Amino acid sequence: MTGNIKNFPGVSLSEQDFDDGKILFVHDELKANYAWDTGVGIGAYLAGLKRGVILGARCAHCRKVVVPPRTVCEWCYNPMEEYVPVQDTGTVNTFSLCYVTWDVKRITEPEIPAVIMLDGASALSNTSVIMGGIMHKLGEVEPKKVKIGMRVQAVWKPQAEREGAITDILYFKPIG
Amino acid sequence: MGMRKVAVIGAGMTKFVRRAQETPKELSWEAARMALESCELTMDDIQGVCMGTAPDAFDGVHIKSEYLSDGSGAWRKPYMRSYVGGGTGVFAPIQGWYHVASGLFDVVLVVCEEKMSSYYPHAQAAFLTIFDHTTERPLKPNLLWIFAIEMNRYMTTYGLEKKDIARVAVQHKRNAANHPCALLGEADITVEDVLNSETLAWPVQRFDVSPVSDGAVAIVLAAEHVAKRLTSKPVWIEGVGWHLDTAYWTNRDLAYPRYVEYAARQAYEMAGIKEPRKEIHIAEPYDPFDYKALHHLEGLQLADRGKAIELYLNGTAAPDGNMPVCPSGGLLGVGNPIAAAGLMKIAELFWQLRGEAGKRQVSGSPKTGVAQAWGDLMQVGTVVVMGR
Repeated sequence: MTGNIKNFPGVSLSEQDFDDGKILFVHDELKANYAWDTGVGIGAYLAGLKRGVILGARCAHCRKVVVPPRTVCEWCYNPMEEYVPVQDTGTVNTFSLCYVTWDVKRITEPEIPAVIMLDGASALSNTSVIMGGIMHKLGEVEPKKVKIGMRVQAVWKPQAEREGAITDILYFKPIG
Repeated sequence: MGMRKVAVIGAGMTKFVRRAQETPKELSWEAARMALESCELTMDDIQGVCMGTAPDAFDGVHIKSEYLSDGSGAWRKPYMRSYVGGGTGVFAPIQGWYHVASGLFDVVLVVCEEKMSSYYPHAQAAFLTIFDHTTERPLKPNLLWIFAIEMNRYMTTYGLEKKDIARVAVQHKRNAANHPCALLGEADITVEDVLNSETLAWPVQRFDVSPVSDGAVAIVLAAEHVAKRLTSKPVWIEGVGWHLDTAYWTNRDLAYPRYVEYAARQAYEMAGIKEPRKEIHIAEPYDPFDYKALHHLEGLQLADRGKAIELYLNGTAAPDGNMPVCPSGGLLGVGNPIAAAGLMKIAELFWQLRGEAGKRQVSGSPKTGVAQAWGDLMQVGTVVVMGR
């Protein structure tokens, strides 16, 4: 049928159409303000960060230790009631060198978001789950030298400045 | 399982464009009208309407399916919207399928629409709320992070090179040059063009990514007794599957899409497919990024892990190959109006299996095809197997 049809509907507009005033439009900004309660699992996580400790949740049933902590083990659907410290060191599972901001502005020095597998959490399991994987950024490293498998450690804000937030860790830096 | 056979009997779509003059409901109407005309039905023949459309945030409209309802033909009909992120476009026809397979309705219209251009300054920011508000958003992520991070994991795990992965973008954009609705069809694009395009979030460069787009697609589904009366060329929905992995995306092994595997196994089992590499003749895996087509071909069991690139390097994936991949041009070439892009893949299989794909028609008169989409926080897989 696409072979027989010559004219498909849909009219493409260009920036020029807007510049020329050919298109009428309404512009508006939506206000959306929220205050999210942190809950039990993440609440404990943030309180830990304020003390300079990264907490994971331990499942008493299947014995996984996962980060960030949560109240239910989604793999065996049993409660996770025990929160245990893991290390603030780990391994880069993967990363990107990002030259674009959230609103698509260009930057010359890339940001380096990464998934970091924390030491002390359960390792890659046979269900393809990285128990200790969290997203954070890398710093104190030349972008081109970042490698998957690189060993890293958290760089914390000074204790007095910590507020119980993921940003209490400034970034992870290479070690060893 | 006591389910009725369900066929696709009609399809329609708008052009996929960067910014459409038409509103979302006008786009929905254009695609729906075309789908109805293609099988010579009117709205009176339609017993229920399934709407697939992605975040309300794109339009800034609460419950946008209701806003779209007049265009999509929902007035005084049973009407339901499904939304599983990028997986929506292949999930909405599954929803339509079970409306008919169950015996509830005989004829159902499925419409998928997306208008991404209304969001300012760029639709990417509408996606930011997929990141966890407490543990991730304070790091000021952008949507590209997650894909670049996954692409790097996939490449590194299997030792793949960018110059090979670029072949996917080249193949799809060249295919799209023959699609009358395509936004980015380019008959002469080369691997060098892809490798020289702007680096956005390494390893993702400009031409590795599909463009934000506006557009709509619609199909008509019918029960067997109706389908056989209305067309001599019904295309059957032979298997469906969908599956979700953990929403803690950093807790997953990003090298392999297990959620696609499980969705595919569900669909293949229903379709009676035991050896997908032999029995699937044409594939439309979800390709918002070039590496994703490879990732998904592996999840669909159409290639070994880390080996899907070989289908492109040895010509299997080409339109005249043994298993053409994304002959439509895919999201990379036709465009990526989220939900509409997924349903475009179903429409493409419909046209290809009927031999009506015009300049894009693949060789070998394929009998069985698979379409797949993927979405949410990279953890949902939706799969449909179609055959004639």
